[in-house]
Amino acid sequence: MSEEKKLFKPDSYRVTIDNITIDVEPGTTILNAARQIGGDVTPPAMCYYSKLQGSGGKCRTCLVEVAAGSAADPRPIPKLVASCRTNVMDGMVVKNITSERVLDARAGVVEFLLINHPLDCPICDQAGECHLQDLSYEHGKEGTRYEFKRRTFEKEDIGPYIQLHMTRCILCYRCTYVADQLTDNRAHGILDRGDHAEISTYISKAIDNDFSGNMIDVCPVGALTDKTFRFKNRVWFTKPVDAHRDCDKCCGKVTLWQRGDDVLRVTARKDEWGEVQSYARPDDKGGGNQPGWICNDCRFHKKKTSDWVIDGLTNINRHSVISQGKYPGLVMPNETIAEVMSGRDPKLLMDIHSVSDVNSVELGSLPGAATSNIFEKKDQ
Amino acid sequence: MSVRLTNRSVEVNRKPMTFLESIYLWNILKGMGITISHLFKKKATINYPEQKRSFSKVFRGLHVLNRDAEGRENCTACGLCAVACPAEAITMEAAERLPGEEHLYREEKYAAKYEINMLRCIFCGLCEEACPKDAIYLSQTFAPANYGRKGFIYKKEDLLIPHPVNEKEAYEKALGNKAAKNSYTKTNNSPFGDRVWE
Repeated sequence: MSEEKKLFKPDSYRVTIDNITIDVEPGTTILNAARQIGGDVTPPAMCYYSKLQGSGGKCRTCLVEVAAGSAADPRPIPKLVASCRTNVMDGMVVKNITSERVLDARAGVVEFLLINHPLDCPICDQAGECHLQDLSYEHGKEGTRYEFKRRTFEKEDIGPYIQLHMTRCILCYRCTYVADQLTDNRAHGILDRGDHAEISTYISKAIDNDFSGNMIDVCPVGALTDKTFRFKNRVWFTKPVDAHRDCDKCCGKVTLWQRGDDVLRVTARKDEWGEVQSYARPDDKGGGNQPGWICNDCRFHKKKTSDWVIDGLTNINRHSVISQGKYPGLVMPNETIAEVMSGRDPKLLMDIHSVSDVNSVELGSLPGAATSNIFEKKDQ
Repeated sequence: MSVRLTNRSVEVNRKPMTFLESIYLWNILKGMGITISHLFKKKATINYPEQKRSFSKVFRGLHVLNRDAEGRENCTACGLCAVACPAEAITMEAAERLPGEEHLYREEKYAAKYEINMLRCIFCGLCEEACPKDAIYLSQTFAPANYGRKGFIYKKEDLLIPHPVNEKEAYEKALGNKAAKNSYTKTNNSPFGDRVWE
């Protein structure tokens, strides 16, 4: 079959997505072709992750309409297709945001995804960078029609670094692919079927692999979150800064989420699709770009600014809530009073830190969420 | 002579004043007339604090942090009030609820520290609008005056309403004439806050 393919294989396929034509390599999926165009024509994806083999085809948010199958057979595909799993054909015409059917279907998919998803965004640490939150604001309906009891699970502890909230899970399987492909022994998978399906570590084994922390980065919702960041701060109040260090296990290129000089969280660097960025690695023989997964040591143990070499502010889309209050070109005016008054500060100057109780606890150094014990101890 | 663009411009009268004009007698009488006429008009001022002006129904005053009917704090430190605040007056620190603290806090996460800088606050009410948990309200009073600036950093203890079970009297007093309506004691624990689904 592979030989047959080679016989008719042209150099590139011409595909039209939302009236934009692009030439792509044969074997490219519609989703990746749309990503090459970029912008609004790219279908959203909750389960597909280009850096994880075999991912995709589960969440159905990337449904698109194929108005003409190919140049050889221009009949439309009757049903909407999952663009992450459908390869392009030469002369294919795809409709994404120009199709009423797609938008309607996607709103339905979002509604289904939200059926069992708890609306606890005010508590969830993922809020502000949650793909499901973005998706439901862009495509969903603001109210829910679901009146029944939502699916709930017993809370399960899966180790000291990762917090699992099974109720928030949308079963995208990305984390199990991380466990499969990045860690050497899979201790993490899906148990049960259908509505009872849940992510779990097999027989509650703690995940102690060096790359298990990447599950947090691939999780599109708040089901897997960083325990060392738990409730420390909201994502949009922390300042993302690109940094790197020499790490013998991973690429060492990360984003630090800072509050003042405290590093509250360390994540891998994300690209515009919310996926881990790829880097060309000099030590790789094959060359090419490798996804910049980071190891647990960098993620959970290097929580000091001095551990890192700062590369500069992370570029954040200005439409993201994370960009609020952050001004890259900021020039602070000089304090003139002390200069003019021979070193004396203004008499009525109030130092907010002498009055405020906030920042009395060093949140960055805590191994987990702050509790009343920690605050009470501080007050005494 | 300059070009006239409209017919509305009037030449300035630069004639020297006559003797009658230069003693300003008429102008003084005219001014005094206006002043004295105000003595017989209704006063614009009141004798605060003996008298108090009534506020409009939508007056936005000092903030309160709400509790539910069982006295648990509604706030979950989600930070939406702080991000909505145009004056950046609100700061908070969150903590995780320990087992055994369920009677204190309504949700798994709560605000361990919550501060509003009343010097910065512009009483726009956006925090109230942003709150998904029915937790912050702007009340009908304003921040009392103070000689120092330090008194204007309002902490959680200053903002929380009285406990409806443990401090019943203070709670009833704080409700005032709202007691009948009981608008602060919603028992709805659904994740949709106080929205009614019909």
